[in-house]
Amino acid sequence: MFDKKKLTKINEDKQKWEETTLNKTLERFPERKDKFTTGSGEEVERLYTPNDIEEIDYNEDLGFPGKYPYTRGVQPTMYRGRLWTMRMYAGFATAEESNKRYKYLVEQGSTGLSVAMDLPTQIGYDSDHPLAQGEVGKVGVAIDSLADMEVLFDEIPLDKVSTSMTINAPASVLLAMYIAVGEKQGVSEEKLRGTIQNDILKEYIARGTYIFPTEPSMRLITDIFEYCSKNVPKWNTISISGYHIREAGSTAAQEVGFTLANGIAYVEAAIEAGLDVDKFAPRLSFFFNAHNDLLEEVSKYRAARRLWAKIMKERFNAKNEKSMRLKFHTQTGGSTLTAQQPDNNIVRVAIQTLAAVMGGTQSLHTNSKDEALALPTEDSVRVALRTQQIVAHESGVTNTIDPLAGSYYVEAKTKEIEDEAMEYINKIDNIGGAPKAIDMGYIQKEIMDAAYKYQKEVETDERIVVGMNKYKVEEETPKGLLKVDPAVGEKKKEQLIKLKQQRDNEIVKQKLSSLKKACEGDENVMPYIIDAVKVYATLGEICGVMREVFGEYEQSVRL
Amino acid sequence: MERPIRVLVAKPGLDGHDRGAKVIARALRDAGMEVIYTGLRQTPEQIVATSIQEDVDVVAMSILSGAHNHLFPSVVKLLNKEGIEDILVIGGGVIPEDDIPSLKEAGIAEIFTPGTPTTETIRYIKENVKR
Amino acid sequence: MELDKRILNGDKRACARLITMVENNEKEGIDIVKKIYKHSGNAHVIGITGPPGGGKSTLTDKLAKELRKRGKKVGIIAVDPTSPFSGGSILGDRIRMQDLATDPGVFIRSMGTRGNLGGLSKSTQSAIKILDVYGADYIFVETVGVGQSEVDIVKTVDTVVMIMVPGLGDDIQAIKAGVMEIGDVFAVNKSDLDGADKTALELEMMLDMGFKDDKKPKVLKVSSSKNEGVSTLLDEVISHMDYMVDTDKLQKRREENAKVEILNLVEEEIMQMVLGKTKTGQLLDEISKKTALRKTNPYDGKDIIVKSIKE
Repeated sequence: MFDKKKLTKINEDKQKWEETTLNKTLERFPERKDKFTTGSGEEVERLYTPNDIEEIDYNEDLGFPGKYPYTRGVQPTMYRGRLWTMRMYAGFATAEESNKRYKYLVEQGSTGLSVAMDLPTQIGYDSDHPLAQGEVGKVGVAIDSLADMEVLFDEIPLDKVSTSMTINAPASVLLAMYIAVGEKQGVSEEKLRGTIQNDILKEYIARGTYIFPTEPSMRLITDIFEYCSKNVPKWNTISISGYHIREAGSTAAQEVGFTLANGIAYVEAAIEAGLDVDKFAPRLSFFFNAHNDLLEEVSKYRAARRLWAKIMKERFNAKNEKSMRLKFHTQTGGSTLTAQQPDNNIVRVAIQTLAAVMGGTQSLHTNSKDEALALPTEDSVRVALRTQQIVAHESGVTNTIDPLAGSYYVEAKTKEIEDEAMEYINKIDNIGGAPKAIDMGYIQKEIMDAAYKYQKEVETDERIVVGMNKYKVEEETPKGLLKVDPAVGEKKKEQLIKLKQQRDNEIVKQKLSSLKKACEGDENVMPYIIDAVKVYATLGEICGVMREVFGEYEQSVRL
Repeated sequence: MERPIRVLVAKPGLDGHDRGAKVIARALRDAGMEVIYTGLRQTPEQIVATSIQEDVDVVAMSILSGAHNHLFPSVVKLLNKEGIEDILVIGGGVIPEDDIPSLKEAGIAEIFTPGTPTTETIRYIKENVKR
Repeated sequence: MELDKRILNGDKRACARLITMVENNEKEGIDIVKKIYKHSGNAHVIGITGPPGGGKSTLTDKLAKELRKRGKKVGIIAVDPTSPFSGGSILGDRIRMQDLATDPGVFIRSMGTRGNLGGLSKSTQSAIKILDVYGADYIFVETVGVGQSEVDIVKTVDTVVMIMVPGLGDDIQAIKAGVMEIGDVFAVNKSDLDGADKTALELEMMLDMGFKDDKKPKVLKVSSSKNEGVSTLLDEVISHMDYMVDTDKLQKRREENAKVEILNLVEEEIMQMVLGKTKTGQLLDEISKKTALRKTNPYDGKDIIVKSIKE
């Protein structure tokens, strides 16, 4: 990118500067630390110059927004055209209450819904299952059947909103329910917009809401790819998630490496199932974390975009430009929030919001300050949303595209993360792909090593977390936290009893048995699942049939 | 020879966030303890059966899903039903301060909230094991 | 009630507590083991060994479930390494045996190696006897599963199941010398993976070159995760026991095992005499120092130590 002669001169001048100016200062005023590191523990140089990015070729490595390799962004105008989608993840207790919260968020200017489901729903159990005890409605809304989905989206026109559902193992069942609700509202499948997370590999790695073993899980995912490419073309069929990998303690480079390795596994599975890469790849989307190290995070998003574009083009021979674009949702880092002095979390979230926006995110959820303590209250959710709005309208960072590009540090860091992530992908390829590497516990162990290192650094005060290991104060117990009514579980149980009395149980049985046959064979299971949800077969019944045929996943742990 | 303290690190309920449990498992190991780690989705019955067979000194549970008010006391109740009173039961996770008094009343000896250094948990265990 | 009687009555807590006492080398515990020893010897003790990642825990889980279907009581001892630095350990084999935890007919115990170099812990032998007296019909002993340690297991159990997985071709070559002579039954796990047939064939060919008894061990393919071939494997394990009983080899094998156990205890006691703060211990320190300074030599040193022990 630079003239060779000039680079030599800069290098000479830098050496001169180090020997004279710098060393004089260092003698009198040593630096605060021997070694400066990023939030991920990577060493950072004192000063970056053009020499650190001499190998970067502007046209090849950076290019222009909306053009390969998309380092500078996936759209030609980015936020000058349209701001990112401010999508707040919400949902708790019952469908009625969540519905109210969604309507509130839409009124407040939220432009997309994001549905949180409770753990029994995520693991395919109805609210009356013994393992659901104490969990119903706790971390999200409890969905047992289509009846709950109808209430959840009551008076919310599905042709107007885009809905993201954090659902993985039973993603096909919830998508089927969404399609059925749309149909009842008179909205046809091809008009539905939204995303299902549908990323089982990171469940095995980091998040834990898996049900079935790897093979049938991958089949369910490719069935969704195929069904949607034909029938629900505007639906994002998967959100390949690094978020939870990072939450589990990974570094930024691991977040990119492991997430893209999972992405590769999905693409390979779909190609193997006979799908055309350019038919399904444009509907793939990603989901990343935003931590506090602003410049490292911005570099991370840029690196991920460039690397994925190359992988799609070079490894999978994608021809459609849309297949090469890495679109991503961001959530600010839950694990960066402190239970101590929770107000400080507002500042952290603001920095993380800046990172996501300067990194070119397509949508963003900002965490609320009280989330290290409990589920967020309406007030704290509002502040979190306002944070996005302030960055959007007041900070000025949205005025120009990819504003940190050209920073010697950010460009060098982008390259460094890209290289390190690629190294992980190569290692995983050598093992035989992400599913195998997960089975062996390799990925989990790499993440755990990073998490434990971080924990030790905090405990030895090598790393400062404000309010936690430094600048501490005596605090009063925080008041006014959100509480979920423990009676929700009982209420849901009663509803289930009623549902099973009111529906046509004979037809439910028929549909479930057809589904079973489809699972045993190799037909696409989506139409069968849609048939079953329409007659009000419950989530637990449908997943129960699949458990019978597919078996259950066994966790791989290497500590 | 000083005998190692045996600890069952358990994840009750459906919550899949095991970073905290794994970090504490490693920290306890590095503090010279024998840690029995049983993975995700443990029922109170499994936790109690395991504590008996493994003859542990401590049961350390972690929950981030909010189901602690139900699951923690269930474990203590079942232990007591088996006539076991010499196992130290502790808990950790995203647990609101308001819930702590009732959990302690139910027999959870101590609750460790986010940000607690592992050294603090180790110290607590060493000082409070019952046998 | 006394601990020994409670164990004879099948009391899990008593059983668990006695294992702890023995692990901690408490005299009281060892006295109880002495007392109950005569009641042991009824269980079929099966070693499960093989390379890490071979699926030992999952296979043990499936074998145990199969035995439960047949109405048998099962004991499982799962050994994991103790960190030489901290003395602590993470024992994680139960993750693969979750459903068994609450089964009244199953007792699972995780043990750290606690400084023992083999793939077992020093107290594994006693733990086996305790589970035997407690009433387990079958006892599985799952080793750490790294290289050399496998040799220990053969001197501890009645039947060794050696687990192999496809894709370790070179490793088979490397470890065959140690491995081939300790397996009584060979299981090629993950039989759904490519190369399972090849691995099985290689094993067969190696066994054709020689095996320790007059009965050539069988090589069976299983898939522990899919629960395929487990029942057949169990039948083969049981038939190995029948064969040993019929040919009187069981008595011989148990004699051998007892000899090793006694020798281990003797060695341990001598080591305790020599090391530590005993008179001999001090003597050893002095002689070592002199040897290093070339004022004496290791051979004369040995004579002095042996003489001191004899006194």
